[in-house]
Amino acid sequence: MILGDVTYYEPWWIQIIKGVLIFAVGLQLVPLILIGERKILGRFQHRRGPNRVGPFGALQPLADIVKLLTKESFRPRTSIGWLFRLAPVLSVLTAAAAFAVIPFGDTVDIWGTQVGLYGVDVTIGPLYLFAFGAVAFYGIMLGGWASGSKYSFLGSMRAAAQLISYEVAQGLALVGVVMQAGTLSLVGMVHAQDEQGMWFIGPQLVGFVIFLIASFAETNRAPFDMVEADAELVGGYNTEYGGGGFASYFFAEYLNILVVSGVTATVFLGGWLLPFGIDTPGALQPVVVLAKMAIFSLFFIWIRATLPRLRYDQLMSFGWKVLLPLATLNALVTAIVVVA
Amino acid sequence: MTWPPSPDELHVVRAPEPGGAGGLYRAFGETLRGLKTTFARVVEGVHTINYPEEKVPVYPRFRGRHRLHRFEDSGLEKCVGCSLCAAACPADCIRVVAAENTPDNRVSAGERYAAVYEINLSRCIFCGYCEVACPFDAITMGHDYEMSDYDRSDLIFTKEMLLAEPFERTPLRAEGE
Repeated sequence: MILGDVTYYEPWWIQIIKGVLIFAVGLQLVPLILIGERKILGRFQHRRGPNRVGPFGALQPLADIVKLLTKESFRPRTSIGWLFRLAPVLSVLTAAAAFAVIPFGDTVDIWGTQVGLYGVDVTIGPLYLFAFGAVAFYGIMLGGWASGSKYSFLGSMRAAAQLISYEVAQGLALVGVVMQAGTLSLVGMVHAQDEQGMWFIGPQLVGFVIFLIASFAETNRAPFDMVEADAELVGGYNTEYGGGGFASYFFAEYLNILVVSGVTATVFLGGWLLPFGIDTPGALQPVVVLAKMAIFSLFFIWIRATLPRLRYDQLMSFGWKVLLPLATLNALVTAIVVVA
Repeated sequence: MTWPPSPDELHVVRAPEPGGAGGLYRAFGETLRGLKTTFARVVEGVHTINYPEEKVPVYPRFRGRHRLHRFEDSGLEKCVGCSLCAAACPADCIRVVAAENTPDNRVSAGERYAAVYEINLSRCIFCGYCEVACPFDAITMGHDYEMSDYDRSDLIFTKEMLLAEPFERTPLRAEGE
């Protein structure tokens, strides 16, 4: 049974190069967003943010990473050894895998070879994302459970409930877009936006807002950072992690933000398309996508600086009573409009 | 007036009911207002000071590290070794050992001088009582507050260190600033 197909095949060596390249780019983007978040969050609070390491503090994430990775690797006596080690790996793995489907550009001609500026163009784009999102939740869940600590366990249980409830709304928010584009491929969605002459943020504004809100919950960001909730859960699922394990979770969290930003930019903001019908040259396409991702990452930081953490029951009732009906309604209306 | 007051006497103000479409609308509006508030903070700029590079000027009466003084004309030490500062010190951080001035070894203007004058700055609470207690204004509180060190024994300041001209490390606030 074939569940999904890949629309465009390249020679195997191009795929390997692309795989390495995309992982390398993701790896470079994470420290960037880290230092960006700390600097910008500082500005939001009348502070300067880190500015000691390197010029304007630009090397701060490097110093953080070196600090984390050279720390002693320990685990609590009550923890379950192999699961405790596996969980952060799982988190990074799924985040990186989800990063693979984000299109940074169309298929371009590089020295006579057709290369797609994306990891893979799967025909089941959003499903692929949600599948890996669901596996990513195992990373958090196992991490909390294997730690053998009640705070970690509470954090991961909250994560379970939160991720499941918001994934529903997030998925339904994308259904409208999928119907309008008539394809599940993320590259195809950008092409559909090109053909229809408008970005889906226009006709799918409600879907966009729901997707954005649900994304905050999916990436465990403020105001839905119930999973970590430093004040009440001393860090949640990663309480018992230090050094490399903690760094992995941290990395996965920020990679997830990038993934969500990338998906939002692709699906709602026309991916590599420029406004006013300007044709984007092939070399600039990744830049356009990265710029759009940066806008969303900035918005993530802005929201974090603004909104206080929700109470747990409010979070649940908001997800199920507001977002889910709204997303369903949006999908329904879109279906009627598309069919009619 | 009777208690409880009748309903027509009361001025009741209620917050809007939470939930429903109105609640959603208000929550959305308030979120936007919050975003505006935080963004205004960015526009306002930073309020912090880059400490080691920029320093807040101290007031003239700021009580920093102590200084011992000499007479400007004769160069003799003002301290006569009376130990009143040590007696006044609530933290007991001053140690004075006095010695007699002799005609060929004249250190201070009085009969005696401080042969040993030590202030343990890791004990000092910078209350300024020593300054008040001193009858000859020999000891005053300076403006230096950057005194961290790697070793506790390095924080015991001897007479020579206290007498030496300090580096002007801390800016002084101008008059009326």
